[in-house]
Amino acid sequence: MEVDILFKIAAIGIVISILSKVLDEAGRKEQAQMTTLVGVVIVLMMVIQLVSQLFSSVKSMFQLY
Amino acid sequence: MEMIQIVGLCIVTTILVVLIREDRPEIALQMSIVVGVIIFLRMINQILVVIEYLKNLSLRANINNLYITTVFKIIGIAYIADFGSQVCKDAGSFSIASKIEFSAKIFILVLSFPVLIAVMDLIIKILP
Repeated sequence: MEVDILFKIAAIGIVISILSKVLDEAGRKEQAQMTTLVGVVIVLMMVIQLVSQLFSSVKSMFQLY
Repeated sequence: MEMIQIVGLCIVTTILVVLIREDRPEIALQMSIVVGVIIFLRMINQILVVIEYLKNLSLRANINNLYITTVFKIIGIAYIADFGSQVCKDAGSFSIASKIEFSAKIFILVLSFPVLIAVMDLIIKILP
């Protein structure tokens, strides 16, 4: 369930690093940079949801309002 | 057993983080954030049990509800601040981590002032 997201992020990291290396070798520096950026944004979207879940659960647990 | 699951998860994550950190340090950092969140979300049930026990204990000891709520709020702030500062330390930005700790200390000080004032009132009442 929740552990899935971890492996998803790891897979995205590996794929992105391979893609950016291939693009670098092919002489497309800008596109490699863009790939890196997109990977970070995609992972950030997933992480932010999880972190907001963490914050809301801590808030409700310790009565921090 | 939950403990073994968590240790296994941590070891697997550490290996993956070490693998990914070489090329993509930012994604490795996000993986370490995610593993922290997952472990906390798994521990929620146990933490709720502890909180319930503490509330029962305070009810039995006839402690004012304000004080026990303050303690819980302080624990929550300390946990969140520790989480954030450790993420920052993992990424190598120690100065931002120390700023998070500083702001958490100030928030905790503000929260604990009513308790301090109550102690002062008690002392003044006891002294002639």
